[in-house]
Amino acid sequence: MAATTPRARRIAVAGNPNSGKSTLFNALTGMRQRVGNYPGVTVERHEGRFSQAGTDVLLVDLPGIYSISARSPDEEVSRDVLLGRIEGEAQPDGVLIVVDASNLERNFYLATQILDLGIPAVIACNMMDIAEERGERIDIDALSRELGVPVVATVGTRKSGVDTVRSALIDAAIARHDTWPLPGALESAVRTVADSLVAAGACPAMAAWGMALLVMGETAAGGNERWGISATVRATIASEQARLASEGVRDVASALVEARYAWIGEFTSRCVHRDTPESADETVSDRIDRVLTHKVFGTLIFAGVMFAMFVSIFSWAEPLMRWIETGQEYLQAGIHHVLPAGPVADLLAEGIIGGAGAVVVFLPQICILFLFIALLEDSGYMARAAFLMDRLMSAAGLHGKSFIPLLSSYACAVPGIMATRTIENPRDRLATILVAPLMSCSARLPVYLTVIGAVFAGSVWLKAGVIFSMYLLGTVIALLMAALFKKTLLRGPTPTFIMELPPYHLPRPRLILRAMWDRSKLFLTRAGTVIVAVCVVLWALAYFPRVSDPSPQLSGMTAGQSPVIEQRHAAPRATDDEATGDQLRHSYMGRMGRAIEPVIAPLGFDWRVGVGVLASFAAREVFVSTMGVVFNADDNDEASLRERMRTATWDSGPRKGQRVFTPLSGVSLMVFYVLCCQCASTLAVIRRETNSWRWPVFAFGYMTALAYLASLLVYQVGIRVGIGA
Amino acid sequence: MPSPAGDSPIHGSTPRFLSELKAGESARVIEIRGDDDLRRRLLEMGLTSGSIVRVVRFAPLGDPIELAVRGYRLSVRRDEASAVAVGGNE
Repeated sequence: MAATTPRARRIAVAGNPNSGKSTLFNALTGMRQRVGNYPGVTVERHEGRFSQAGTDVLLVDLPGIYSISARSPDEEVSRDVLLGRIEGEAQPDGVLIVVDASNLERNFYLATQILDLGIPAVIACNMMDIAEERGERIDIDALSRELGVPVVATVGTRKSGVDTVRSALIDAAIARHDTWPLPGALESAVRTVADSLVAAGACPAMAAWGMALLVMGETAAGGNERWGISATVRATIASEQARLASEGVRDVASALVEARYAWIGEFTSRCVHRDTPESADETVSDRIDRVLTHKVFGTLIFAGVMFAMFVSIFSWAEPLMRWIETGQEYLQAGIHHVLPAGPVADLLAEGIIGGAGAVVVFLPQICILFLFIALLEDSGYMARAAFLMDRLMSAAGLHGKSFIPLLSSYACAVPGIMATRTIENPRDRLATILVAPLMSCSARLPVYLTVIGAVFAGSVWLKAGVIFSMYLLGTVIALLMAALFKKTLLRGPTPTFIMELPPYHLPRPRLILRAMWDRSKLFLTRAGTVIVAVCVVLWALAYFPRVSDPSPQLSGMTAGQSPVIEQRHAAPRATDDEATGDQLRHSYMGRMGRAIEPVIAPLGFDWRVGVGVLASFAAREVFVSTMGVVFNADDNDEASLRERMRTATWDSGPRKGQRVFTPLSGVSLMVFYVLCCQCASTLAVIRRETNSWRWPVFAFGYMTALAYLASLLVYQVGIRVGIGA
Repeated sequence: MPSPAGDSPIHGSTPRFLSELKAGESARVIEIRGDDDLRRRLLEMGLTSGSIVRVVRFAPLGDPIELAVRGYRLSVRRDEASAVAVGGNE
């Protein structure tokens, strides 16, 4: 219980979502903040500090939750922090509970759960201004007397009450803590369990009442194993439950929730006085919602907002990505200028700088997407977006909140997968993560364009139709796979869509920029390292072994290419295209291409296409530059590459002399790219977001299998019905 | 509280469900059926027996439903709402 850190007082900050907790946290700590993750889960961990009257205080901001009954990762982490169950962390010295003054009853559900745990507490009654606007007069002193802890009126947005909270946190000792009234049979049962907990040494007397409530709720919900509670206590709980059942209390957990709300209703009615009858008039949010969730206008506005987001991910990011690319090229040229030609310079320039570029190049898209998401979340519109789209997404077994991650994945699956953090249900979130890479991202576009340019000579409409079909194919398969996963692998109790629609408010720029930056930084530090490593490995595979006359540059094989920008300039600058091509053909990757030819020939791919497919595992758009190298196309000349691809023929085997690229093999190749998970960055992000290698391996496996089978089907059926030539 | 157009029977014999209410109608929660997890979740969000709930609107595609309960707005799917037995608002 006691503080283990000699200097700083550790205070946890808890509260409902939308209680203004983050704003108050920012007001208390200013810029002295740090963001990280709790071990083993993707729950963000925010820390901040302040000093007052010579005492250092470390604030740990818990995720916004409605209950500590631990049915979501957020709730579980919060409960574990408050109980001191996080590994390597002592129980906090105190807790600041933020409640929304305009929504007291539901906010007090969580607040009283935490008070029951017997931790020194201060309650910040936040958003007092909104409560007043609604005609509610809250008697703060009365609340404080009822609950036996300091209650401070605050308005986080105006920083009012912040100093009072600071000093209250320093002074707060263990609160005088009372039990609260429960209906007869329940009260004696909880008392008995509390006594047995104390007798078993499971918790101090101060926390026994709250622990008993928590354990009885949990046990009824089937989660008693994790608690490490002795058999004696478990037996007591079971016998008390049996007794309650015989007295007609069938579901103890539910009865406890009802009892708590009854108590809350009772004491709030003594402390809150309403000038006007409750919800008699329409609030501003109601009026906004009349438009924003309207059948016609709401849908149109939503489509407009999504379109704007999508377009800006594409268009705003593009110039920034170009700059990053240019910067990367300057750096690479600089290295070649300074260092003598050889493997070291090449490793530095093409391997490492190229790999780092592959990470940084995602930043513009990630920043822009997260700017939008933070804006939508902070304004309250995100919940409406989920409300509008849930019917559509639930058809695929997904959640309304899956819509934005999947839409974003058309630009790039990396930010799309990171955006799934807004989905609370772990199964819904995982299903969304697993299918997000199937949405045709912008890195596939150059591949589609190159292949179509090589195999279709027809009208623009035909070409556009083919591209559209590829996008459609990815989308349909993604939704089907999601439905399949939800029915098999991720089956579980019907996920609920119980979601608060918070009042709208003006977004706070500082909060939004901070959220954007925090998430982008997590991508750089965590996923970035894996991406660089993979890029270096793929670079080495294409670089070694060297042919006798080493060409100084193999930038065509650089892994780090932007998904949007054309690849022409990344084609080799070596004067001798033949030599560069030779090097690649003799490299390990070239050999691997030949080795897999028997496997990919039934799809209509020869070994050179195989090299392109292999190289694409770093990033898909590398396909284009690889084709340029492997077919000896003239540098920086799209027409030359198109011509080379068009006239290329099989150089061995039964099809020797036949064209490699036909409309059929082209479609087969594109279908392969639609479905295959050829993106090291995506896999690194899946690893990062699921905290396990299992899911990236699974995503890679199922998508590769899907791609192979689909291409096989396309090509073999095509050949049979005679559209092969 | 605004009272609906007295069309709901209060006799316990014919309970209605929250999913059957029209937009703008309010009712009193009698009990929540369905599985334990759903019931506890809805209870924790404040839909306790005796509380008054109003259907604010339906999403454009007919599902989910926006509810007003304890002074805030909550959205649930029709499926979930069909587990909530409600009675007329006296």
